[in-house]
This record gives sequence, structure tokens and C-alpha cells, in this order.
Amino acid sequence: MRVISFAQPGFMLAGAVIVTYLSAEVGFWAAAVLSVLAVSLLALGVERVAIRPMVGRPVFAIAIITLGLDVVIRVVANGFIGLDVRQVGDPWKLDTVSVLGVEVQQRYLAMFAAALLMVAALFLFFRYTRFGLAMRAASFDQEAALAQGVSVSGVFAVSWAMAGGLAAVAGIMFGAGTSIDQNIWIIALKALPAIILGGLDSLAGAVAGGLAIGLFESLVSSYQSDHLPWLGENFATVSPYVLMLAVLLLRPYGLFGTREVERV
Amino acid sequence: MLSVRNLEVVYHDVALVLRGVSLTVPRHRVVALLGANGAGKTTLLRAVSGLLDVHDGRVTKGGVELGGRPIHGLGPERVVRRGVRQVMEGRRIFAELTVEENLRIGAHTAPRALGDNLARVYGLFPRLKALASRTAGYLSGGEQQMLAVGRALMSDPELLLLDEPSLGLAPRLVQQIKEIIAQINDQGTTILLVEQNASMALSVADHGYVLESGRIVMDRPAAELLEDDDIREFYLGLGAEGAARSFRDVKHYKRRKRWLS
Repeated sequence: MRVISFAQPGFMLAGAVIVTYLSAEVGFWAAAVLSVLAVSLLALGVERVAIRPMVGRPVFAIAIITLGLDVVIRVVANGFIGLDVRQVGDPWKLDTVSVLGVEVQQRYLAMFAAALLMVAALFLFFRYTRFGLAMRAASFDQEAALAQGVSVSGVFAVSWAMAGGLAAVAGIMFGAGTSIDQNIWIIALKALPAIILGGLDSLAGAVAGGLAIGLFESLVSSYQSDHLPWLGENFATVSPYVLMLAVLLLRPYGLFGTREVERV
Repeated sequence: MLSVRNLEVVYHDVALVLRGVSLTVPRHRVVALLGANGAGKTTLLRAVSGLLDVHDGRVTKGGVELGGRPIHGLGPERVVRRGVRQVMEGRRIFAELTVEENLRIGAHTAPRALGDNLARVYGLFPRLKALASRTAGYLSGGEQQMLAVGRALMSDPELLLLDEPSLGLAPRLVQQIKEIIAQINDQGTTILLVEQNASMALSVADHGYVLESGRIVMDRPAAELLEDDDIREFYLGLGAEGAARSFRDVKHYKRRKRWLS
């Protein structure tokens, strides 16, 4: 089932919110682990209730359901945030280290390390483990995967749990060291141009796409007001989507996405 | 080993495709199931392997037993664990994955014996070993068919269901597939072979069934079927005297009608 889940921003927000409540009680790290587990369970439940009955239905219908799920999860999570900003625990404070002469906040390095770790773990998982291979097979041809003895419903459940857990990690790492408010899900929305730019089914593409989108947005926000003032203020916010459109015109499958494997 | 009793299968609650099919596949034998397009051959295999659900099909009567235990209510992954593997029509390999990854997915239910089974499959298909790290979708048709069969052997099944392994292959490759089927059978795997290529199927099988419009119309040892006049005419394309014959000379529909009664 090749569906983009639009529920990721919701899961990300939920992950961050749970940490804001728990970190005062059990400390940041324990709260982070608990939050990832809780959001994975939440995603598992969501899959069971809302997605499983839709197996075999049009992809478009399922994508719209994930949009609805996103709204529901966000509304509930926002209820817990309230109108104020909430502090996520802060293991790094504002400490900085000097990397090649550039002062960098430690929390940014931690974010970067977490991203690298997740990507490496996912790469190894999909490449070498039995279940990772089964997931790739099921995404390619469900019936053929069933005939190999793969439990496709199990694959669905695990992939949702993984997606939820990873979104929670993203939310926590984003919030760590600062505070969150009701609008941080906008960050998660930028994942969309990042993965489309990189190619939807490519892990390396997601990394490259993320970096490209991030760099592009930063550059635009720094220089656009000097060089292209007629574009107006805050053009940087929409720049990722502009870049995505430009890339899609040239390479519809993204930078690293697989072209359909086809013999001619 | 496998026994199908009075099996009735309905698709979408309305289309009755199998109307009381019974057949048995004895252990260590090759049984061929012949029939024209739409006769219900693939449906029968799906009923055995548990893949009916995917196509909104249901067993409404009768049942399938493997070694005396009913398996027609089980999901496909449970049937695979019982030692039954289906090689689907049209090969259905995972085109975007490499050859070796395809084989490893075939071993999903038997991860411990992965090394042994991989060695065995590479022994049967040396060509696959040479292509191990290639993207499966770019293999030739014959190589893809070998991969599909090899993938099914990766869990060391007791019963192999082959759905039209000769489909779209050149005559020499069909001959090769036939030899491979005999070889797999020699290694102790029971085989139910569904084919449109009747001469190939009957030359490798011990016993043959002919399925027509959801009913078994013939059930004889393969050697007898090869000699049967009707089989020779309708499936082997040979006239009564062994010569090609014009359709104008034969009241085709009358001959068929006699079978259905």
C-alpha cells in the first residue's frame, strides 16, 4: 500500500507534548523513551482502528483518512499544550561547542546525531533484517508477499508503530532545549517537500532532501530581503515548496527515487 | 498428502467458479491439472494456499485437507508454515529488489535454515547464483521464472503448487523448466502442476486431472491421458490420426458437450 501518511505532524506533536509532561517527573531521557513508546502504541492503535478496515481501498481515500487523523491527534495534543508555551526538558542548556571555529549549540549537534543514528538504523533494518525485507516485499506486491508467508497485516502494524515512534523522536529532538507551542507541527509539514524532493521511496533521498530543503530555506531567509525584496516578507516559509515544485518538474520521481523497474 | 474434497468456491458472493472439485495429490508425486482459460485452475490453487481472501473469494462447500488436517480456513502465512508454497502465475517476483533479497524473502518462515536452502537453490539454479546481486526486474523471463520457483523452495516446502511455469517461455526453456520440476520432485517435494502446455505437463506428471468449467472431467494416469483421443485433440492439437486437422471437419461443440455430462 503506497500511501503517504499525513498523520506524522500529529504524532510528532504528541511525542513532544508527552515529554513536556513527563520530564519534570522522571527526567528528560526517561521521558523521551516513554514518549516514543507511547506514541508507537498510539500509532498502532490508530492503524488497527482507522487504517486496517481500509486495506484494499483506493490509496487516495486512505491518504485523506490520515489527514483527518492528523487533525484529531493535533487537536487533542494542543488541548494539553494550552495557550502557553511548554518547556521540554533541557539536557544541553545553551552550552555551545566550537566546531572548526564555528560556535554550535550542543542541542543542534544532538539533533544531527539523532538523525544520523535513525537513518543508519533504518538503512540496516530494511537492508539486512528478515522483517525489513518482508516490509519492502509487502510494499511492492502484497499478494506475492503473502505467498511467501509474510503476514502483511503484521507489516502494516509494525510500519505504523515505527512511523509513530520516529515522529515522536523528531518532536522531542525539535523541542529539546527550547519550548513548544501549538504551531510546531508546521515544521513536520516541511517533511513533505523534503521526502518528495529526495524521492518518496529512498532513504538516502530523505536525508539529502532534508538537508537541501533546510539549506535552501536558511539561505532564502538570509538573503532574499537583500536581493529579491519584491518577493515580500517571510518568503522563506514557502520556499521549500517552491523548490519541491521545481525539482518535480525535472525529475518526477525525486532526486533518488527509483524509477519504475521495467524491462523494455 | 493433499486432498481436495467436493470443493466449491464463490467470488464476490455471486460467481461460482469451482463446482464440487475433488482431487488428491499423493506424497512424492507430480500431479498435473489441465484446463482451458477460466476453467478454475488458479482458483483451486488459491483455495489450497489461502490466497482466495485477497480476491474476495470464499470456500462455500467442501474443503482442503493436508495430511488429514483441514487447511482451507487458514491464512496464507499459516499455510506456508504447514509446508505448502504456491508459485503464482506470471512469476510475481519483487522486481525492485535483488535476486538474493527475493530469495531471502522466500525464506521468511524458515530463517534458521536460510544457508542450507540458499545453497540448495543455487545448486538447482547456478544461473541465479551468478546473478545474485542483480535487480530482479531486469532478469529475462526464464531467469525470473527460475527465481520464482527458487524463492518458493527457500522454505523447503513439502508441497509445491506451480501455476503455469511455462507461461511465455521459449520451447527450449519450457524443456528446462520441465527438467527442473522432475529434479525438485526427485529431492522429495510433492508437486501439483497447473498448466496449459499439456504435453509438457503430462510428460513430467504421474497423474493428470482435466478441469473444465469448474468440474473435474477426467482423472487418469498421465500416460493414459497422453494417449486419450480427446486430450490429443483439444489440448495437444493433434487429430485422431495424429495429423493436424481443420476445425471445419469437426463438430467441436458436440465433442465438448459429451465431456460435461
